[in-house]
Amino acid sequence: MAAENNFKNMVLCLFLVCLFCGAILGSVYAVTKKPIEEALVAEARAAIAEVLPAGGEISEPIKSGEMEYYVSRIAETISAYAVKSSAAGFSGPLILMVGVLPDGTIYNTKVLSHSETPGLGAKCDSDAHFIAQWKEFPANGNITLKKDGGDIDAITASTITSRAYSLAVQNARNLVKSLQHK
Amino acid sequence: MEYFLIIISAIFVNNIVLAQFLGICPFLGVSSKISTAAGMSIAVCFVITLATVVTYLLNQYLLVPFGLDFLQTIAFILVIAALVQIVEIVLKKVSPSLYKALGIYLPLITTNCAVLGVAITVVSKEFTFGTSAPHMLNLAESTVYALATSLGYGLAMILFSGIREHLALNDVPKPFRGLPIALITVGIMAMAFLGFSGMV
Amino acid sequence: MANSNLSIITKGLLKENPTFVLLLGMCPTLATTTSALNGLQMGLATMFVLILSNIAISLIAPVVPDKVHIPVYIVVIATFVTVLQLFMQAYTPAVYRTLGLFIPLIVVNCIILGRAEAFAGRNNWWKSALDGLGMGLGFTMSLTTIGIIREILGNGSIFGWKFITGDGILAFVMAPGAFLVLGYLMVLFNKIAKK
Repeated sequence: MAAENNFKNMVLCLFLVCLFCGAILGSVYAVTKKPIEEALVAEARAAIAEVLPAGGEISEPIKSGEMEYYVSRIAETISAYAVKSSAAGFSGPLILMVGVLPDGTIYNTKVLSHSETPGLGAKCDSDAHFIAQWKEFPANGNITLKKDGGDIDAITASTITSRAYSLAVQNARNLVKSLQHK
Repeated sequence: MEYFLIIISAIFVNNIVLAQFLGICPFLGVSSKISTAAGMSIAVCFVITLATVVTYLLNQYLLVPFGLDFLQTIAFILVIAALVQIVEIVLKKVSPSLYKALGIYLPLITTNCAVLGVAITVVSKEFTFGTSAPHMLNLAESTVYALATSLGYGLAMILFSGIREHLALNDVPKPFRGLPIALITVGIMAMAFLGFSGMV
Repeated sequence: MANSNLSIITKGLLKENPTFVLLLGMCPTLATTTSALNGLQMGLATMFVLILSNIAISLIAPVVPDKVHIPVYIVVIATFVTVLQLFMQAYTPAVYRTLGLFIPLIVVNCIILGRAEAFAGRNNWWKSALDGLGMGLGFTMSLTTIGIIREILGNGSIFGWKFITGDGILAFVMAPGAFLVLGYLMVLFNKIAKK
């Protein structure tokens, strides 16, 4: 039922199949390229919008060492920073988006991704009390766990995840502080 | 130090079969005897490591510079298919007994999710197993990860086939015989390996 | 005629269910069934590729020399998987992120290559499409069932609607649960099928 098994047929067949598939892929890629970029930007913007006060104009991502941050401007003056910060969690990196005001106040935080244990560290994005304490955390507050002498309540039975979260927020605040000195 | 973490993470914490669910079909199919399991693990190890190196280089020097990232899936699977063909030819000449023992399972390594899975994981920009921040691995780290992953695969296979050899001698209730009891056994093994989480 | 077409679809649901009878596609079955919705989405994604690749392969099989049919099938399947990837990245990015690695891994899902060899290679495009639909629906049904069970036991919710406060038996949404639920479901399936 199939074509003959000679060399010419095999090469021709493979060539035509690759050509045709290449054409399909190329056209689908061209059609979806822009929506994909827009989707990525929209995702980042959505996360940033959650951690910053409303109304600012958000910049493109700026790289600083291993971290990445966005600047929010209202009428040409910088009103806040959104820093993508990460720290080693219990089972992998914990990646946060941290909204920091120029004076060092933490406006809000949002978990972008984590690999923590369900029911324990995974509560870092669902435990209401833990999340709430990061809202408008004062600039002079101590971002370490209460059991380490600071002001943060850890998630029950998830000290390591809580420490990682605090470290990530601390790194974000330190970055903003260093930017103020420039 | 980072290499050590990657190795421990790949073998124990994020074991390819018991935690990542890759390579299940041959895992369940070839593990009734320890000797076949060991032979299969070596073949898979070879293919995974070689495939990872080749696909990594292909990605870095051909796909990414020309903006052809979207061709990753199709390019990688073709590379893997070609490599398995080559391994088959070489194995037939070098060790005909192993070639015969592996039988149909050797060409099936092409469709082994573990091979393609590892190849795609190492070129992802957000590799997170055993690292403190997501970043893209370099060639050396990728090769180490591939080798460690296959070690983990072999470990799981050999442990499992050992248990299966015992199970074959026991009186398993009829509806459970074959795949169901094997799956339940793997489930308990996966539970045991969960104990490794948090080690790195 | 209508009868045999219908039977092509329904055999994928029970008699030749890809998960419980043919024992194919284990990897995505175990990995993506952490919730009912994830299982459903993965099943539908796989069905998309399965139907399209079945149609394409049934159309070109008569002119493909036998010696190169495997690489040709692989290229065709990989093309459709990439098309799916691109569409999902563009229009359903959240689902794409959840299913992650297993979308490109559809290309090595034994169900697709298996049906291509066993059915699409030797039937017309309409029957092949129906076969893809039947197998796809069977696969989706299995995945969603496993997903529902794991979600109820592990999270106390169905399709995201939580009916308990706090956590369920978390082992079920983690690795062990996948193997255990699949194993026990197979026992159940075997018992029912034997009757």
